[in-house]
Amino acid sequence: MTETTERKLPNEGNRPKEEVDELLRIWAMPKGFRLVTAVNNTVIGLLYIGAAFAFFIAAGVLALLMRTQLAVPENDFLSQDLYNQIFTVHGTTMMFLFAVPAVEALGVMLLPQMLAARDLPFPRLSAFAIWAYVVGGTVFFSTVLYDQAPKGGWFMYTPLTLKEFSPGDNADFWLLGIGFIEISAIAGAIEIVVGALRTRPPGMSLSKMPIFGWAMLIFAAMIMFAFPAVILGTMLLEIERSFGWPFFTADKGGDPVLWQHLFWFFGHPEVYIIFLPAAGLVSMIVPTMAQRPLIGYNLIVVALIATGFFSFGLWVHHMFTTGIPSLSLAFFSAASMAVAVPSGIQMFSWIATIAGSKGRFRINTPSLFVLGFIFIFTVGGLTGIMVALVPLDFQVHDTYFVVAHFHYVLIGGMVFPLFATFYYWTPMVAKRQLSERLGRWVFWLMFVGFNVAFFPMHITGLRGMPRRVWTYESGLGWDWLNMISTVGAYIFAAGVAIFVIDLFRNFRAGEGGPDNPWNAGTLEWLPNDVYSARSVPLIDSREPLWDHPTLPQEVQEGRHFLPNAPTGGRETIVTSAIEGKPQYIIQMPGPGWSPFIAAVFTASFFLLLTIKLVIPAVICAVIAVGAMLYWTWGLDPGPDKGEVEIGAGLKVPTYMSGPSSHSWWAMIVLMLVASSLYIAYVFSYLYLWVVSPEFWAGRGSPEVPDWLWPLADAGLIVLGTLCMWGAGRLLPKPGERRLLMPVLNALGPLLLTAAVALEIYAHWQTGLTPTANSYGAMVYMQSVVNAQLALALLFMGGFAVARYFAARLDCERRVSFDNGALLYYYAAGQALFGLVLIHGFPRMVI
Amino acid sequence: MKNSAARLLFLATAMATSGCAGVQSALMPRGEEAIEVDRLFWTITGISAFVTGLVVAAVAVAIFGPPRWRDRLDKDWIVWGGGVVFPVVVLTGVFIYGLIVLRSGDVRAREAEEPGITVVGKRWWWEVVYTGPNGEPVTTANELRIPAGRPIAIRLESDNVIHSFWVPRLAGKLDMIPGRSNVLTLEATEPGLSRGQCAEYCGGAHALMAFYVEVLPQEEYDDWLAHEASDARPPESEQEIQGQEVFMRSGCGACHSIRGTEANGVIGPDLTHLGSRHSLAAAALPNSKAAIATWIVENQHIKPENLMPEYRIFEPEELDAVAAYLESLE
Repeated sequence: MTETTERKLPNEGNRPKEEVDELLRIWAMPKGFRLVTAVNNTVIGLLYIGAAFAFFIAAGVLALLMRTQLAVPENDFLSQDLYNQIFTVHGTTMMFLFAVPAVEALGVMLLPQMLAARDLPFPRLSAFAIWAYVVGGTVFFSTVLYDQAPKGGWFMYTPLTLKEFSPGDNADFWLLGIGFIEISAIAGAIEIVVGALRTRPPGMSLSKMPIFGWAMLIFAAMIMFAFPAVILGTMLLEIERSFGWPFFTADKGGDPVLWQHLFWFFGHPEVYIIFLPAAGLVSMIVPTMAQRPLIGYNLIVVALIATGFFSFGLWVHHMFTTGIPSLSLAFFSAASMAVAVPSGIQMFSWIATIAGSKGRFRINTPSLFVLGFIFIFTVGGLTGIMVALVPLDFQVHDTYFVVAHFHYVLIGGMVFPLFATFYYWTPMVAKRQLSERLGRWVFWLMFVGFNVAFFPMHITGLRGMPRRVWTYESGLGWDWLNMISTVGAYIFAAGVAIFVIDLFRNFRAGEGGPDNPWNAGTLEWLPNDVYSARSVPLIDSREPLWDHPTLPQEVQEGRHFLPNAPTGGRETIVTSAIEGKPQYIIQMPGPGWSPFIAAVFTASFFLLLTIKLVIPAVICAVIAVGAMLYWTWGLDPGPDKGEVEIGAGLKVPTYMSGPSSHSWWAMIVLMLVASSLYIAYVFSYLYLWVVSPEFWAGRGSPEVPDWLWPLADAGLIVLGTLCMWGAGRLLPKPGERRLLMPVLNALGPLLLTAAVALEIYAHWQTGLTPTANSYGAMVYMQSVVNAQLALALLFMGGFAVARYFAARLDCERRVSFDNGALLYYYAAGQALFGLVLIHGFPRMVI
Repeated sequence: MKNSAARLLFLATAMATSGCAGVQSALMPRGEEAIEVDRLFWTITGISAFVTGLVVAAVAVAIFGPPRWRDRLDKDWIVWGGGVVFPVVVLTGVFIYGLIVLRSGDVRAREAEEPGITVVGKRWWWEVVYTGPNGEPVTTANELRIPAGRPIAIRLESDNVIHSFWVPRLAGKLDMIPGRSNVLTLEATEPGLSRGQCAEYCGGAHALMAFYVEVLPQEEYDDWLAHEASDARPPESEQEIQGQEVFMRSGCGACHSIRGTEANGVIGPDLTHLGSRHSLAAAALPNSKAAIATWIVENQHIKPENLMPEYRIFEPEELDAVAAYLESLE
């Protein structure tokens, strides 16, 4: 650790001071009300965490109201209806508006710092996602204040949430509000995948990436595969509520359990989506407090990947009591238990690392929260094994035992690490540390309060108390247990309240805090300013600050890569995904109104649509799209700036198109998201066929259209694909014109749109309607899914054509076209597969 | 709650009949499945306590232990041993135990003889359909009676939202899902009273959707079923006769059935033998004349959002008569 090897630094000699001034000017934070135009990860990351924490407090207040109601039997503090709204909003807010955004926020905030990147690769996309979440989330939460809140539970089971049993807009607020917040989470996930894979510092191969980077990478991958399932679910449910397509109505061949599959296929990974980043944070804090590298780094990475993988194979354990055959029960039970192994690996890695501390393991507020986490999460994991045991789950499912279990897992597994994070990383973003004295109060009140509140619930549940009840009869053996839980909840809340006081007293965002107060080994503790680290260090180990004690000084003096701003604007280094070799420089946009406006009006569009104000909603949509077009118009700068030197004699381009560009990668991620959504659709189609084959074509529905229809349709799609391919080939040289190119580029999306329309008409002329039965609904839903892509492609095609005529598109400056073409090829493939499914499958099974 | 006096009374009777708290507790099992699960639970709780102790001890040693002890923990094999080998061994054992219990439930399910009993989840009450001595369906509500000592198949259905049927002392829960018919097997070990409750959130008055299960010796059960299959007892006293007249005149029969009379509604619970049940309105109230009268007038206070309107049209004397009539339907 103390070796002073003679390393060759990328830049020898002193750098001019003007470089720092220029960096300061370029990365300056907007002042006053213009702060909302900021896009830099440290600024919006802080906003993101702050908003998530505010939702935690708000949903926590709801929890206290519920605990007050349940303190004594037959209480009338809250009415039945209000209680039902409150528990729905509590769960929904904690999961969708607090837990996922909070960990995503930590990714936005910490990941670029740990990678010494100047910013995430798509700063405006992050800003958009965050503002959309803040506005949408606030409106959603406020419904509880005026009796309009959803009351179907955070899981929104059908048919309770269908129009028949939940009239009014309450459920729609959930569907549109949450559906939209999920989209914002996906935007964040794209950012994090590309950020973790492509903006690492030179030399930081994947195997040297901090564990938190791994955790966020897997987190984002899980969001890509899990969230689309529930997005499809919310689409189906909203369509059934608004237009009566019977996906979930048993009488018409739908199945209420389909919703449960879609919801839990998302809902279970969701738990690990929340837990993995938290575990990643613990894996960062423990080595620092032990002053030694983590034991079992490789094993932990494997454990994280395994957790992500397993978590998709156990959603059915939320549905053990729906009447599933024993064989499947056994499979999902085994999978649910297997996921305990990766958690065990991490647990013992931390213990071994603590044992191997240099000196003694430091006990302070962050490490207390980590130790609290280890205890609580162990208990929660063990009760998790209990609920994974099918016969035991038959008893405790939907009781207070489960309430106890998942609060142990979620508060233990996520909230405690989050508070550790608050105390540990505050010096990185603030002028001084939080109070250690208050911190200990916060920890002990939260730890004791938590266990007093939630441990008795195990017993309450075993004694027969179901979840989601607003009142209970006295004398069933639940009375004093509930009273104890309520007392515990208030103790826990007192701890959180002291934390808030500590924040007000001691938290001042800005530079000037101690650079590395804990003597940590990772890059976020480099001296930094608004531009992050002055220069991007060359990395050759996992704990560079321990292995090269002079690194902070070298970085500060600009002796590493990119000590200046060669293009004169915001930029960061893009490296290769595995090795971390510098490839090119991204020129990144700075502050701007467009992401903010786009986000506010997108949120307004969804919310106005919820309350059926269609015309204002459409106006908002137009403004939102306008803002997005304005914002994207300024991107794709082209290769004008040529190559620049970033240090070590390395000259790299300042523009990149094709498979190694960050934009290409983001598009691939988006295609994976779209295909997850489509796979969820195919699953739903086949699932409903299994449940109600009697409604399928030729039996309860008209025969599928003649073969000529899908053949003609496929012809259109192939032709459209050829157009896009031709347009790509015909991209002119800079300064030249080739009019056929924009014609083909416009024709492609139009042909695809025509194909979608033809497919709809083909079924319509057989007499099939989407409202008749589940088969009809599924057939037309396929076109809805394709139409979404076609609409996006129409915009992208129009955008590319406009750029052609503005002389901003040619065979070198071509990312705007490439993105559309990539998505087009995917959409064409999906549409062709759809034809085979919709027209082939019913013929096959008749 | 408005009628806390009535509730107190109910509590007293419930406690007297059931031996106090525990009437809904999975930890006081009175059915084969519940007993097996109870055993499984305590086994794994023991293991869990041991593992928690182990982790706490390991952390304590890792932090405060003497250097020699700490050195022993600072090894890769700790991660492999504690994080992989130990959990795999223990979990495999636990999993097999779970399978054995699951299988034993399957065996019970196969032994259950036809005809079973059908329970249909309603908002927010339970319709119960037995097969009478002559094979005819016998419909009743909000209470289940089963014979002790043999497995009984309970078919679970719903024609509205999802509910879940759960009697913790007898067995685990199983959902009632529209469009499906799930079968739960109950095998009570001894006669006695248990309480069950809807376990799947079903909106509105979910919290007030409970029921009693009375386990009877086989002979008593047969007698009871024969009686339950019979028509309602005709009104005898003058007040009961007036009560029946008011009941029929006021249209109550549009929703409720009383077999042997013109009341044949199918929307609300069957009232043919209401007087013999342990509770009213899915265990929201005790069963007494006073409670019946209160329910008719104030049911939206007692059980908000339930689908029966409050009937405030009656003269006090009429109300009293209706309540007396309904209570007499034993």
